[in-house]
Amino acid sequence: MYLVRVNMTNRTYQVTEVPEKYKYLAGRALTSNIVADEVPPLAHPLGPNNKLIFSPGFVTGTSAPTAARISVGGKSPLTGGIKEANAGTSWGADLAVMQIRGLIIEGQPEEKDKFWGLHITWDGKPKVEFFDATAYTKQPLSKVYPPIYEKFGERVSVCSVGAAAEYGYCNSGVCFNDQSKRPSRYAGRGGLGAVMASKGVKFIVLDRQGAPGVEIADKALFEEGRKKMIDALRTHAITKPKGGLNSYGTAILINIMNEAGGLPTKNFSSGRFEEAPKIAGEAIFETNKVRKGKEIFNHACSPGCIIQCSNTVYAEDGSEITSCLEYESAWSLGANCGISNLDDLAMLNHLCNEYGLDTIETGTTLAVAMEAGVIPFGDSKAAINLVHEMGKGTPLGRILGSGTETTGRVYGITRVPTVKGQSIPAYEPRAVKGIGITYATSTMGADHTAGYTIAPEILGVMGKVDPLSPEGKAALSRAFQATTAFIDSSGHCLFIAFAILDIASGYQGMIEEINGVLGTNWTADDVVKFGAEVLKVERKFNEAAGITKAADRLPEFMKQEPLPPHNTVFDVPDEALDAVYAEL
Amino acid sequence: MKVKVKLYATFSRYHPGTLAGTPFEVELPEGSTLKDLINQLEIPESEVKVCFVNARIQEMDAPLNDGDDVGIFPPVGGG
Ligand code: SF4
Repeated sequence: MYLVRVNMTNRTYQVTEVPEKYKYLAGRALTSNIVADEVPPLAHPLGPNNKLIFSPGFVTGTSAPTAARISVGGKSPLTGGIKEANAGTSWGADLAVMQIRGLIIEGQPEEKDKFWGLHITWDGKPKVEFFDATAYTKQPLSKVYPPIYEKFGERVSVCSVGAAAEYGYCNSGVCFNDQSKRPSRYAGRGGLGAVMASKGVKFIVLDRQGAPGVEIADKALFEEGRKKMIDALRTHAITKPKGGLNSYGTAILINIMNEAGGLPTKNFSSGRFEEAPKIAGEAIFETNKVRKGKEIFNHACSPGCIIQCSNTVYAEDGSEITSCLEYESAWSLGANCGISNLDDLAMLNHLCNEYGLDTIETGTTLAVAMEAGVIPFGDSKAAINLVHEMGKGTPLGRILGSGTETTGRVYGITRVPTVKGQSIPAYEPRAVKGIGITYATSTMGADHTAGYTIAPEILGVMGKVDPLSPEGKAALSRAFQATTAFIDSSGHCLFIAFAILDIASGYQGMIEEINGVLGTNWTADDVVKFGAEVLKVERKFNEAAGITKAADRLPEFMKQEPLPPHNTVFDVPDEALDAVYAEL
Repeated sequence: MKVKVKLYATFSRYHPGTLAGTPFEVELPEGSTLKDLINQLEIPESEVKVCFVNARIQEMDAPLNDGDDVGIFPPVGGG
């Protein structure tokens, strides 16, 4: 396996074997370790000393199911701390097949207005060529992907950034192609798009032709694990074909969170949205059925996914508005903005993909702008205009593009839902205490994926615990955060967790797959230890960057304003929050 | 007594013709539990994963009261 290091100061590159110390690291574990080893904690995130690192997981690029994830890491311009964001895409699998365990982009060109593309091919080992990509900037991404495919061939995978990143917004993601070549799969959170653009990189095009594939140390063991994983995914009601995710997508969660009184509504002023059913996964499924004249089940975002949770939203005339409208996006741009017009909601999602914006950060920012009276809650047309302002880089658009916290500060708003500068996603901490602990303490800023306690607190996966009670939740969040850090390194999509947390043989299967690839003898205990080590590395970087445990808190209003319908506040004591990492 | 019921995801087939989550009223004998309601709606108990009564998660044996707001779910997950 190789490390490919691209220096954008002088457009040179170096290919080396993965050094011994990184041999057993991949995905998030590798990106976070390289950031910790090589990025000065006080570096400006958009300056020459930050680095952008890509790493596929251990089993990415193999025949393991639902495993084409790519981790992207660096120092975040949004949080000022370490960041890992990941996406499912053929791009991740291709990087792995080309035996690139880590791709590091470093340095910075002197010319500020010029953008470059990297074209990476296989020539006995990875080979990098540079092309001038300036002509592709400041355009919607759906306009620039087709000419790139035309230039480099249909089989390539494409990573890019949009206008939001070119403007240097803290709200800007790194975009990857889906299976239909749409620019739509985002490593969205934390502003890593702007880091990539700050290096003068517009595209990274991968052509895997001739590449040897991932080496597997123990094929029999790998096969055994893979079969167990497939069995678990095919039998669990959430992940099986025509099950919850395949039928209704992740937006199936809109209704259950609304029932639980935990769907943040109109800038976190209520836990219930009257019109929630209209923007839920069920509504998307039924609307598509009417508009396309048949039931449409969801598709895979990336090769080898057997869960297939990605939806498409079709317009009245049967044309496509957007793919995919996730739960988080339907919530942030919908319920949280008081918007229930599904077509406009889909358009907002589409525009985020066009401009390279993170949908979560965009929706929470729009809601703060609504609270400030910039536009009214529920005005979907005005919201669409604001996203265009962001895409055009107008002064207002730049304020909004700086994220939820900055927008709140500019308008003097006190109800600003952020932790460590990153906005809180679609589960209300006052109604679901465990996830609030994850938001407060995660090394990533507010991030639901970092420790998804929603599984036992709401969904009844891996047991049932009362969402409103703070009891025992610090330990729950800690365990989830450590396990997640491992899954984020495995290359599997986090959604396998629904199946493998309920079906023990599936969990065992994941470990066997990885032992098969690496030739290791890891056990379930090692999984948690591995995850905990990753978290410690991240935590140490954050501390050196000035983000201490004092930042492990939710915004003040959540402790003071009771949230309807439960009329509860976030009552987890600070000591419990501190215990999450103190006892790691 | 009467309770307000909302069925979600695949369960909308037990009350066809409306979008999942559209509330409808169900008449029940006094003293009924969640389990009684689910049987009356002819939803197989084994398919039921999570039930809410007035926004709180409840088990099958939970007693119901007049005017309760009930939401019934098969297994769901996302992110
Ligand atoms: S489960 Fe969904 S998000 Fe995960 S890899 Fe499959 S299609 Fe992509």
